Amino acid sequence: MDLHLRHAAPTDQERAAVDALLGPPTSSWLGGTRGDVARDTHVAHGGRETREQRHLLLPALEALQARVGWISETGLEYVCTRLGVPPADAWGVATFYALLSTTPRAPRVLHVCDDVACRCKGAAELIEQLERKVGPAHSHGPHGDHVEIDPHSAVWMRSPCLGLCDQAPAAFLQQAGDARHERLVGELTVERAVTLLQEPPPAFVPHSDMPKQLVYSMEHRRPFFMQDDSPLMTETSTLRLPQDDNDAPQHRGLLDRIGIVDPTDIAAYRNTGGFDALRRAIELGPDAVIREVIDSKLMGRGGAAFPTGRKWDAVAKQSAHPHYLICNADESEPGTFKDRVLLDGDPFAIVESMAIAGFATGCERGFLYIRGEYPLGASRVQHAIDEARKHGFLGGNILGRGIRFDIEIRRGAGAYICGEETAIFNSIEGFRGEPRNKPPFPVQAGLFGLPTVVNNVETLANIPAIVLNGGQAFARIGTEESTGTKLFCLSGNVERPGVYEVEFGKTVRDLLDMAGGVTNGRKLQAMLLGGAAGVFIGPNDLDIPLTFEGARAAKATLGSGVLVAFDEAVDMKQILLRIASFFRDESCGQCVPCRVGTVRQEEALYRIASGKTIGGVSGEIALLDEVGLAMKDSSICGLGQTAYAAIESAIHRVGLLNGKSEIHI
Amino acid sequence: MSLTIDGRKVSVREGTTILAACREIGIEIPTLCFLETLHPINACRICVVEVEGGRVLVPSCSRAAEEGMVVHTQSSRVKHSRKLVLEMLASSVDLSTTPQVAEWIEEYEAKPERFGPPAPPAAPGTRDASVPGHHAPPNPEFAATVAEPAKIDNDLYVRDYAKCILCYKCVEACGPDHQNTFAIAVAGRGFDAHISTEFAVPLPESACVYCGNCIAVCPTGALMATTEYEKRAAGTWDESRMTTTDTICPYCGVGCTLRLHVDDGVIVKATSPLENSITQGNLCIKGRFGWRFVQNRDAVPGGNGAGNGDGR
Ligand SMILES: Cc1cc2nc3c(=O)[nH]c(=O)nc-3n(C[C@H](O)[C@H](O)[C@H](O)COP(=O)(O)O)c2cc1C
Ligand code: SF4
Ligand code: SF4
Ligand code: SF4
Ligand code: FES
Ligand code: FES
Repeated sequence: MDLHLRHAAPTDQERAAVDALLGPPTSSWLGGTRGDVARDTHVAHGGRETREQRHLLLPALEALQARVGWISETGLEYVCTRLGVPPADAWGVATFYALLSTTPRAPRVLHVCDDVACRCKGAAELIEQLERKVGPAHSHGPHGDHVEIDPHSAVWMRSPCLGLCDQAPAAFLQQAGDARHERLVGELTVERAVTLLQEPPPAFVPHSDMPKQLVYSMEHRRPFFMQDDSPLMTETSTLRLPQDDNDAPQHRGLLDRIGIVDPTDIAAYRNTGGFDALRRAIELGPDAVIREVIDSKLMGRGGAAFPTGRKWDAVAKQSAHPHYLICNADESEPGTFKDRVLLDGDPFAIVESMAIAGFATGCERGFLYIRGEYPLGASRVQHAIDEARKHGFLGGNILGRGIRFDIEIRRGAGAYICGEETAIFNSIEGFRGEPRNKPPFPVQAGLFGLPTVVNNVETLANIPAIVLNGGQAFARIGTEESTGTKLFCLSGNVERPGVYEVEFGKTVRDLLDMAGGVTNGRKLQAMLLGGAAGVFIGPNDLDIPLTFEGARAAKATLGSGVLVAFDEAVDMKQILLRIASFFRDESCGQCVPCRVGTVRQEEALYRIASGKTIGGVSGEIALLDEVGLAMKDSSICGLGQTAYAAIESAIHRVGLLNGKSEIHI
Repeated sequence: MSLTIDGRKVSVREGTTILAACREIGIEIPTLCFLETLHPINACRICVVEVEGGRVLVPSCSRAAEEGMVVHTQSSRVKHSRKLVLEMLASSVDLSTTPQVAEWIEEYEAKPERFGPPAPPAAPGTRDASVPGHHAPPNPEFAATVAEPAKIDNDLYVRDYAKCILCYKCVEACGPDHQNTFAIAVAGRGFDAHISTEFAVPLPESACVYCGNCIAVCPTGALMATTEYEKRAAGTWDESRMTTTDTICPYCGVGCTLRLHVDDGVIVKATSPLENSITQGNLCIKGRFGWRFVQNRDAVPGGNGAGNGDGR
């Protein structure tokens, strides 16, 4: 293949951004200056070696976005030259991700969440005010290369759930340029939004520069910072454990270190038992570790509830090599924010867990794929990886035992679908994040076509305890089929939103009570279980046990552990419409039932909400049912298959659209 | 290995798809995105069948038959999904030049109009400029469509994406499966996904080499040689009147089989048979488009003799 390029030179900024990631070009064939490199004269560069770097395409596009604020034609071409990717192909990738802009855009962007949990906290009203005060949301800029952009300009856009639902309304601030800055902002007010748009954010503070004594207070898990304008404030504002309001900090499990142990200090991690499990795992050997995980009956926490031990065993037994490990930190299911708390608050534990998983399943390379909206988590985990490597817990000779394993971080760029276990492969490999057809399954042919373990962050976070205390001890916690503890994400109209860790066996009501019940003593209208891909339940369904088997029996799902409460004042039609709009936006577009079905579904709900139905509300519901069944039966992946689940339950289980009497189990 | 399809036992070789197994025993299954010469992308989902024990339906075009599989090709779930896929496509895409689809719509009793009247075409370039993760609210008066004006930016072929079902065939043919040129790709996301060159530049500025191998695989007529496009626009395209002649391309030593489609003594299109083992339906720009001299009616008298003036 010859690359067809227009050979317009990248700007200095663009070249610098890409070279910072890929290193300077080694040849004029790869975008270097002709004559600089003597060996160019008789050798052609490129080919396979270059193309094998394709997995750096998304990081390179992100580098351009972060430095320039958008991806121009010359910038894209330069990336294509360096990586041997055809420009049309790279264009297809660049236009797949919501956090990348392929038209000129202001360097500062405030992504304001208008998803379901934030709507319970006034996000829709906030956005209306924002529209009045600063004008409409940015849609897309004029086409054309290097349109002059005011370096101080700012725009805002709507965003799906940002994983900060406990601090709703939430926003994500992106500042491109030399003073690159990214952060999540909680408890957004319109005044604060206007300030964020007007004032350049403080420069990014690397961990090493953080004054430690300010960061951690041993007595209180929170708040770490009091001053709202402290540049470090937001560094920790993402962590909040309201469970401590109920109980004194006590042994719980996954949340043990959160807010107590400095997440940037490897010594502090080791002083609290860190890396003991890795040492123990190496003593036990891979087979024994897998046996413990099987004995623990640990089920995946990412949504599909697949037994982790069986997955590991299947990969370990594959003869094709190398094997790969992926820690799925894409966490984009609306209402989910538990993985963020683990990534921000206990990053060494994720690194250690990945090292154990990699060791047990015969991987030498692991990827942590984290959603682009979690910059703090990404930098904390990167720091933890670097520290772990320095101390011999990662790298070519782990603990002096000749074991190899290392981790690379890949940041997503705004695509829920990339959390799907096969879409994540395509995204990492530098292709559009489109799910693959199964079979073959990831354990047989996953990342780069090789056997791959994909596990959720929370799933992996359980591993050290299993290795240290044994699988059977773990299996004794919780219920017969749901072992261990589970993180639940309480948000919406509850008194104390946040992540709650409980042993399996509690009911929805228990969790709702722990979170202080419905805000202001209002009546509960409905709850969303398991996220946008989950189900709604009514106020009479609160005794559903939050176990895999209990949820299954009640025709519900735990999904990723989401519990969003909606009080009687919430306009549920708007909530259903938002969910439909989410699926329409997040469908990859590959298969017809999902690509068109999510549009037809949103249209029907929109007609219901605007009172312009085809065939009355019952006609629209019949239409929704038919479209929903086809999506469920014939879509390629879980997104399309569950795109109607929540809406169907809202209509037929809770009776939210037509006042039908509630059916409960 | 043997499996049961609609109650009939079938024995097939390992690796055979369910679709191929069905065809062996004469069971017809509609397909759109499937083509023997391309990697199955299984995106259109019209070929789904029900496999007993499975949670969801499976695409027969790519799922390999397994020992003991029990397959139903006409269950109510299958019929429902096929009907809905047809309704979804027909309500959002212009299928007027997609062969067979009208019969299927009748067979499955699909009623695409029940989603509302189709939305009018978008202004040129609107779909190219879609922003992933964002879309305008629906219009309660219309069912959304992919309609937009045809892209006519070169003399050889037309890209009328209002007819595109996003089957990925052209992308595969241009890229990894045949041509290795990678001039086009799927861009955008969800309903706004569309086939595009980089930055949506016109074809002459793109990497396109005009082999037309994308046209050869396009199942909907979204990609069409200009000669055919113009005759259709003029209402003078009538396949029943045409004859085809297979010959050998005169240009180079590869010797591709050319199939000339001739209407009243005039070549109106050149293709190559899909089943030809050398071309697999592919040609290069010369074979695909380089025959106009044969019938150059305006040849200069005493010129190079390339045309005799009446094209015969
Ligand atoms: C549309 C879609 C999005 C998903 N997003 C995530 C995600 O963000 N994080 C995650 O862990 N799993 C996600 N999953 C589930 C994964 O496909 C996969 O089952 C999971 O990562 C496996 O890990 P586990 O066994 O540890 O749960 C998603 C699934 C679908 C269908
Ligand atoms: S179901 Fe939706 S998200 Fe999944 S492959 Fe199909 S179009 Fe893409
Ligand atoms: S242009 Fe034709 S071949 Fe290409 S995706 Fe559309 S329908 Fe398929
Ligand atoms: S179509 Fe192209 S490759 Fe084939 S014989 Fe003609 S000139 Fe040669
Ligand atoms: S952050 Fe807004 S809904 Fe989750
Ligand atoms: S023909 Fe099988 S999915 Fe399209």
